[in-house]
Amino acid sequence: MDIYTRRKAINFFNLSVAAGTTLFGLFFLAWLLWVLFQQGFSHFDWNLLTLDTPGPGDEIGGLRNAIVGSLMLTGVGVLIGAPIGLLAGTYLAEFGRYAWLSHPVRFINDVLLSAPSIVIGVFVYEIMVIPMGGFSGWSGAVALSIIVIPVVVRTTEDMMRLIPDSMREAAAALGAPQWKVVTSVILKAARSGVMTGILLAIARIAGETAPLLFTALNNQFFTLNMDEPMGNLPVMIFNFAMGPYDNWHDLAWAGSLLITLTVLTLNILTRFLLRPKK
Amino acid sequence: MNSSDHILNALPGAADHAPQALGDRFFHAISWFAAVAVLFVLGAIIVMLYLGAQPAFEKFGFFQFLTTSEWNPVTEMFGGLSPLVGTLVSSAIAILIGLPVSFGIALFITEMAPPWLKRPVGTAIELLAAIPSIIYGMWGLFVFAPFFADHIQPLLTDTLGNLPLIGNLFQGPPLGISVFTAGIILAIMIIPFISSVMRDVFETVPTELRESAFGIGSTTWEVVWHVVLPLTKVGVMGGIMLGLGRALGETMAVTFVIGNAHELHAALFEPGNSIASTIANEFTEADGEVYTASLIALGLILFIITFIILALAKVMLLRMAARQEGHQA
Repeated sequence: MDIYTRRKAINFFNLSVAAGTTLFGLFFLAWLLWVLFQQGFSHFDWNLLTLDTPGPGDEIGGLRNAIVGSLMLTGVGVLIGAPIGLLAGTYLAEFGRYAWLSHPVRFINDVLLSAPSIVIGVFVYEIMVIPMGGFSGWSGAVALSIIVIPVVVRTTEDMMRLIPDSMREAAAALGAPQWKVVTSVILKAARSGVMTGILLAIARIAGETAPLLFTALNNQFFTLNMDEPMGNLPVMIFNFAMGPYDNWHDLAWAGSLLITLTVLTLNILTRFLLRPKK
Repeated sequence: MNSSDHILNALPGAADHAPQALGDRFFHAISWFAAVAVLFVLGAIIVMLYLGAQPAFEKFGFFQFLTTSEWNPVTEMFGGLSPLVGTLVSSAIAILIGLPVSFGIALFITEMAPPWLKRPVGTAIELLAAIPSIIYGMWGLFVFAPFFADHIQPLLTDTLGNLPLIGNLFQGPPLGISVFTAGIILAIMIIPFISSVMRDVFETVPTELRESAFGIGSTTWEVVWHVVLPLTKVGVMGGIMLGLGRALGETMAVTFVIGNAHELHAALFEPGNSIASTIANEFTEADGEVYTASLIALGLILFIITFIILALAKVMLLRMAARQEGHQA
C-alpha cells in the first residue's frame, strides 16, 4: 500500500469512527426517550393528576401531591434565585463591568454553575433544616434557588453584553441616568435573552433531586404548607423506583416522563427564543 | 470609581443631579449586594461544611479519614477511602469512554456534517445534558444495568478478563450493578459538556489555517489531528476538566447503579460507592454526631476536589479565549 492510499485509508477509518460516535450519542438519547415513553405513557391518566401518591400496599394512586409540590418548590426557588441572579448579572454587565469585584464574581459563578448539587443540599440542611427543627418546603426552595442563581447570572450578563454600547451612549446622551439606561433600555433590548436564562434555570431545577433529599424531603400527603416536608416528583421517583411495589415503579416512570417532557420542552423553547435573528 | 472609563460618569453635571444620582446609587448598591451574594454563598458553603465536618476530623484526623476504608455506624468508625476511590474510579471510566466519543462528535459536527445537519445533531447531543440525572438513574437501574449484565459484561469478562495484569479489573458478579456501570452512565452524561466545548474551540481555528493545510494536500483527519487539535489543546483540556468536574459530583444516576457497598475491590464489576451516593443514601438515616459529621466531611472533600477541577477548567478556557482574541487582533 503506498503512502497516499494509506493516508486516505486512515482518514476514511477515523472519520467513520467519528460518525459512529455521533450515532452512539444519538442512540442513547433515543433509547432513553423510547424507554420513557414505553414505560410511562400508558400511565398518563386523570388519576395521575387527581390522586395522591399511594402508600405501601395501596392499589391506586396518582402524583397530585408530588406535582403540586414540585411546582411550588420550583416556583419559589425561581422567585428567590432569579432576582438575585438578575441583579448580580446586571452588576457584572453594567454597573460593575470594570470593577475589580467583577472578576472573582464571574469566576466563582462559573464554578458554582457546575458545583455538585448534593453538597448544596448538605449546606442548606445545616443552615435551615437544623435551626428550623425539621425538613420543610422552604429549605427545599432555598436549595433550588442556589442552583438558579449562577445560571441566571451567567445568561443575564451575556445577554446584556450583546447590546451594543452605542445604545447605552444614545440613552446617556439624552440625559438618562445609568439606572434608567439599564432598566428601560438595556433590559428591554435584552428581554428575550434574559427570559431564556430564567427558563433554563427552571429546566435545570425541575428535575434536581439531590438538593431536595434532605431539605424538602418528601411527603406522601398533599400539602401547600411550605413549613412542612413537601412531596416532589424527583424524590418521589427516587423512593418509588427503589421501592418494592410494581405500581410504585409505574408511577415513577410516569413521573420521569412528565419531568423529561417538561425539561425538554423548556430547552427547545429557549433555543427558539435565542435563535439569532438576522 | 473603577468604572471611570464609563461614558456616563464622564457626563458633566450628571453626578450632582440629585434624584437621578440617588437612583444610580440605589441601583448600583443593590446590584453590588447581589454580586457579593454570589461570593458569599460560596464562602458560606465552605465554612458550613468545614464546621459540620469538624467532629469527624477531630476524632479521626484528616489524613486518617482519607486513608481508611472502615465504615461502621455501630462502632462509629468512619473512613472515607472507599467512597473517595469509587468517585475517582467511576469518573476516570467516564472520561476514558466519554473523551473519545466527545471528540468524534465534535469532529463530525465541525468537519463532516453538511450545514443543514449541524444544528439538529448538535441540539440532540446537547439535550442529553438537559435530561435530569434521576432519569438516567431510573433508566440505568431498570434498563441499562440488566442489559449490561446479560450482554456486555460476559463479553468483557471473556475477552479483556483473560488478559494478564488488567484481567482482574473485569471480574465480578453478573448483576450489572457496579462501579463500571456507573462509569458508563456518567460517560453518557458528560459527553454533551465535553463535546460542546470541543465544538466551540474547534470553530475558533481560523479558516486560513485549515485551508492552507488542505491546500498542501492534507486529509480532513490530518487537518484535525495536526492543525486544529494542537491549536486548541488548552481549550480541549478545559472541556475535559469541565466534564470531569461534572462526573465527580454527579449524584442520582450513580446512586441508582453503583450498588452502595462500602467495600474496596480491584474488580470494576463489583458494587462500590461514591461520595455523592453515600451522602444521598445515608444522610437522613445518620444518627449520631460523628456519623453525620463524617458524611459532611465527605461532602467537603468532594466540594474541594470539584472546585479545584472546575477552577482549572475555567482557567484553561479563559486562556483559550485570550489566545483567540490575540489571533484576531
